[in-house]
Amino acid sequence: MLGFTPADYSAILLSLKVAVVATLLSLPFAFAAAYVMTYWRFTGRIVLDVAVNLPLTLPPVVIGYLLLILLGQQGPIGRAVLHPLGIKLIFTWRAAVIATSVVGFPLMVRSMRTAMETIDEHLVHVARTLGARSLDAILTIVVPLSVRGIIAGSMLMFARGLGEFGATVIVAGNIPGVTQTIPLAIYEYVSSPRGDVMALSLCVVSILISVVVLFFHEWLGRRAVRRD
Amino acid sequence: MELRMAVQKRFGAFFLDVDVTVSGERIGIFGPSGGGKSTLVGLVAGLIRPDRGRIVLGEETLFDSSVGRSVSPDRRRMGMVFQRPSLFPHLSVKGNLLYGFRRCQAEYRKIAFEDVVEVLKIGGLLDRGVKHLSGGEKQRVAIGRAVLGNPRLLLLDEPLSALDDNLKLQIVPFLRNACETFRIPYLFISHSLLEMRLMTDKVLRVVDGRVVEQTTAEALARTQMGAAGAGYMNLLHLPAPIPMGGLYAYKWGEQQLLISSVNDQQEALFELSSTDIILFKGRPEAISARNLLECTVTNVFPAGNRVGLDLDCRGGKLVAEVVDQAAHELDIRPGSQLFAAIKAAAFKKLG
Repeated sequence: MLGFTPADYSAILLSLKVAVVATLLSLPFAFAAAYVMTYWRFTGRIVLDVAVNLPLTLPPVVIGYLLLILLGQQGPIGRAVLHPLGIKLIFTWRAAVIATSVVGFPLMVRSMRTAMETIDEHLVHVARTLGARSLDAILTIVVPLSVRGIIAGSMLMFARGLGEFGATVIVAGNIPGVTQTIPLAIYEYVSSPRGDVMALSLCVVSILISVVVLFFHEWLGRRAVRRD
Repeated sequence: MELRMAVQKRFGAFFLDVDVTVSGERIGIFGPSGGGKSTLVGLVAGLIRPDRGRIVLGEETLFDSSVGRSVSPDRRRMGMVFQRPSLFPHLSVKGNLLYGFRRCQAEYRKIAFEDVVEVLKIGGLLDRGVKHLSGGEKQRVAIGRAVLGNPRLLLLDEPLSALDDNLKLQIVPFLRNACETFRIPYLFISHSLLEMRLMTDKVLRVVDGRVVEQTTAEALARTQMGAAGAGYMNLLHLPAPIPMGGLYAYKWGEQQLLISSVNDQQEALFELSSTDIILFKGRPEAISARNLLECTVTNVFPAGNRVGLDLDCRGGKLVAEVVDQAAHELDIRPGSQLFAAIKAAAFKKLG
């Protein structure tokens, strides 16, 4: 189809894999952050608020560079945690996952928070007095009632992950077949002579995936509405 | 049930400082909005943490800041009903009812699901979602859910306030039945004196974050009678009536009352203001009021710039009021024999 090379196919698959893994990995953390920001009252909440939303406003390249400094072999996390455990992140597909997670995180948290803020706090109180422990009340009340926000946030993050470029190129590099995702492959085609047709083909793939994701999102949303 | 509370809690400018011991099965918390009634209940439930102090229910210390003890809300076994029903929108009626029941330890599980469904008459709703229930149905499900948690204390935080007057009085019997049938003591919060009188024996009056008085709903109604222009509301539970010439005749003590309100129910609750009772020293020859009751004054008490009278109308009790001058002219004192005239239209049917 469209004369894709094996490297192109692996770029498409890698893009999907990175976006899926990043989304699943972020889910529990984003939920926890959204929960804390919605329900907990503590001083310094604004600091958490800013920290969570920072990736939204920073250039992705900056995020990539900061991650490189942190996770690289000489970086504080790289040297103290990753190296002793024998984990190498930089210039692997896992680095792309981390970059994508960080960049998409605020989008996911925002969707979840919006959903949680509409939940009547009395519902959680009632659940607690009826014998539900904190975690029980979260799983049986907060999660089901914010499920639309969780889905919307996941979709948004997945879609954002497919397009991630700036942070990924810095921490994961642009190695065909290893860390090259669709945007990186397109970038390479565009900057090489006679690569226009291939770049355009990958653009079509990109558009197709996005359209499918958006349709899926709409479908899930409608299903949730109907269940009411 | 005995509840001892000595707690303080500050929310910005509002300061709650309560030191009270109260015992009984039907306890009211009465006072104006913003006075701290709901905060008080939140502290008992464990949903709000006091700044300092002690809360002891029966033998168990629920909170004690001096030893750092605080029982979490899920272990306090309290059932809560709020002003809004706060039903879980993603669960069916049955799912809502069983939420607390399933989480209740087997040793405390004494109240059966079927019995609660029966008492609250919600058997036909079980498989439905909660969104399209009527206001009264929702509140009955909320009561059932709280009761099925097998609580040792029910916290009723203005459970009737969001319902219209008619519905309110339809829910009262359900609430009382449920609490009596399953023997659950409760704290009932409201700013309505009528609700206090229907639901409680003892009343804590809470104003500006303090318990200013421990009294009864009846005493409260009498002290407020001088202040409120409407007087004292006599509440009369009357049995099934007999239609009589366009009116309804109700047996009341040894006498009968003629009332003009239409009544399609078997028995009913009526309200009669003390200001609607006219007193005569001797039997008047003819009057337009349809009720002329023989009565004896059993007690005379001050009520603002008026005088309140307890009347024994041959088995039926009423509270009437007259101005000082009238009390003097009629020479009213305990033991005085009077005739009370009441118009058939003065009785207001509740519910």
